[in-house]
Amino acid sequence: MATTVRPTAAADGVPDVPGHLTRADRTELLRAMLSMRLIEERAMSLYRQGRVPGSFYDGFGQEAVSAGAAFAMAAEDRLCILHRDLAAHVVRGVEPARILAQYMGRATGVTRGRDGNVHFGDKDRGCVGMVSMLPDMMLVATGMAMAFKLRGEARAALTFFGDGSTSRGDFHEALNWAAVQRLPVIFVLENNQYAYSTPTALQYAVPPIERAGAYGMPGETVDGNDVEAMFEAVRVARERAVAGGGPTLIEAQTMRMHGHAAHDDMRYVPAEQLAAWRERDPIDLQERRLKALEEPVDVAALRAEVQAEVDAATETALAAPMPDPATARDGVFAEEAVPLGDGRAPWSGFAREAAR
Amino acid sequence: MSGTTQTPATTGRAGGGAERATRRTMTYLQAISDGLREEMRADERVFVMGEDVGVFGGAFKVTDGFVDEFGTDRVMDTPLAESGIVGTAVGAAVVGMRPVCEMQFADFIACGFDQLVNVAGKMHYRQGLAVPITVRLPSGGGFSGGPFHSQNPEAWFMHAPGLKVVAPSTPEDAKGMLIKGIRDPNPVVYLEHKHLYRRVKGEVPTGTYETDFSARIAREGDDLVVIAYGAMVHTALEATAPEALDGASVEVLDLRSLVPLDEEAILASVRKCSKVVVLDEANATCAAGAQVASLIAERAFEDLDGPIVRVATPDVPIPFSPPLEQAVLPGVERVKEACRDLLAY
Ligand SMILES: Cc1ncc(C[n+]2csc(CCOP(=O)(O)OP(=O)(O)O)c2C)c(N)n1
Ligand SMILES: [Mg+2]
Repeated sequence: MATTVRPTAAADGVPDVPGHLTRADRTELLRAMLSMRLIEERAMSLYRQGRVPGSFYDGFGQEAVSAGAAFAMAAEDRLCILHRDLAAHVVRGVEPARILAQYMGRATGVTRGRDGNVHFGDKDRGCVGMVSMLPDMMLVATGMAMAFKLRGEARAALTFFGDGSTSRGDFHEALNWAAVQRLPVIFVLENNQYAYSTPTALQYAVPPIERAGAYGMPGETVDGNDVEAMFEAVRVARERAVAGGGPTLIEAQTMRMHGHAAHDDMRYVPAEQLAAWRERDPIDLQERRLKALEEPVDVAALRAEVQAEVDAATETALAAPMPDPATARDGVFAEEAVPLGDGRAPWSGFAREAAR
Repeated sequence: MSGTTQTPATTGRAGGGAERATRRTMTYLQAISDGLREEMRADERVFVMGEDVGVFGGAFKVTDGFVDEFGTDRVMDTPLAESGIVGTAVGAAVVGMRPVCEMQFADFIACGFDQLVNVAGKMHYRQGLAVPITVRLPSGGGFSGGPFHSQNPEAWFMHAPGLKVVAPSTPEDAKGMLIKGIRDPNPVVYLEHKHLYRRVKGEVPTGTYETDFSARIAREGDDLVVIAYGAMVHTALEATAPEALDGASVEVLDLRSLVPLDEEAILASVRKCSKVVVLDEANATCAAGAQVASLIAERAFEDLDGPIVRVATPDVPIPFSPPLEQAVLPGVERVKEACRDLLAY
């Protein structure tokens, strides 16, 4: 997976990459990845200080997958975001303070303290929060796509899931269903080489991506540490989906660089494997790219900006109250069905489309 | 629940097995490991399967070091597939093996529900074919596990004919009931409460022994009985210590087994005490405690000297944030209050 530095930017607003990214877009992708990393770094230290209850999971080293994929999704599209995909929440517009409050079980967190750590999705931004049971959300995403098709809407759904999750029956049910009904859904398989301690060699005999054709959909393996490649693959898949071309399976090749959760020292991962992937850090890669542009991006300034944002968000989240125990029983049943809202969709391509 | 609880040694009726000459102090978790290890040594048909149980030793380290002794065939890292784990265990069991399945958390048994309830549970009734599998479920809340890592799903399986459901509360019972479960010719759902793993210590006999699937009196008393199982036994003991309730003499009955339910032990305690609090950590509706309460209403109404009082988790998913979680899980104070009110009735 060689990494090529792409052509330099033309005037802003005009795509300078064959994959339709402007200089601002490319910077935005880096910003989303940086937000994810710095929020998770902060969360991990809050966890170690005892301020994050339960356990804590992060997606260190996998930032490009969710940043690139979510960036290709339109405001009216719908997403099921999994536990290594914080950048997707950031792209959709969830404020860092609400994410940190979520981790700390505060009343202002996305689930208001009801669910923990990574189990959240902002319904007002078109996201359905994951359940722990993997990969249940593949079927939920398929169902959203089914509704879009039934109503004749040019929209798509996307879900992430891991290599380990491909072993469950729901993986098969979702792929088969989506293909049979030619649904506008994008399945992003986040292959980070491990499911907890279990390597992919104990998970499957045939790589799941090779089964895409057998189910009746295109499948593509992408360098999951290249945020622009991720964007491009999902952009193409979405275009096909909303045009009635059916689902796509995308495999993002990446590596889980931290333990399964905060408690896991991942002694079971060979040191050489980690070292090799450390060379391919997705944030480094994008920073190098942006520094090499004809009009280079001030990466250090961007980092400082994101860091300041995360610092401020930490203050806000720490100042937020814990939920009122008197409300613990509220909300099991709905009074009415409130529709999902639309998310932020910062890719310039959507603005260009709208202007047309 | 308080910190480490020194549990009273059970009279755990040993049935067969090796001499019980020596006893060692161990945690609830160590006792489960010990029981599994001893039974794997004693019976080569026994093997463990589950996610990350091999080299990693399991999410809670119950099988830590097992691979070194038994190899990867008998300590099998499976694909991430609960229906697969339970279903293949059924297959292996009907051709003569004794599989012990580990769910990474009890909650994930939802993904193996069909194989357990429809295939394993109904097999013997339909065609006289025994399914000797044991499914270990690390269950329960109290540590901010949130809605998917805190559940007590025992009632799902009590409702399904053909499954035995047990929930030991002490290290000695944890070991003896695991061994008993492995040897039982039926599917046994074995609930091991995560909150007990490292908090509860007790003396455990060495070697192999079986503990009956019956109730046990954890503390004798005659003013009131609290009926509980699993982690709630410890909550009950703490809440009803004589000094906590102005010297009232409160019995604590540890059910240990939910299917079969030790009806005679329940009725005997009720007859003796006349006042009863039924305690579970599970959601209240159709819970094990509801079954116990209905049994008492049907068969011991005349012996009661007050309403049957239930303490359980209200019908909400277990929330993550500590103040919310503490508000729904039955704690020492709630149990104390329920006992106090009933004693004054
Ligand atoms: C059905 C189910 N079984 C078990 C688990 C416990 N568990 C949580 S994450 C995990 C590993 C998941 O691996 P993978 O799908 O590759 O995702 P990754 O964590 O590597 O991103 C396991 C076994 C679960 N969440 N869901
Ligand atoms: Mg994985």
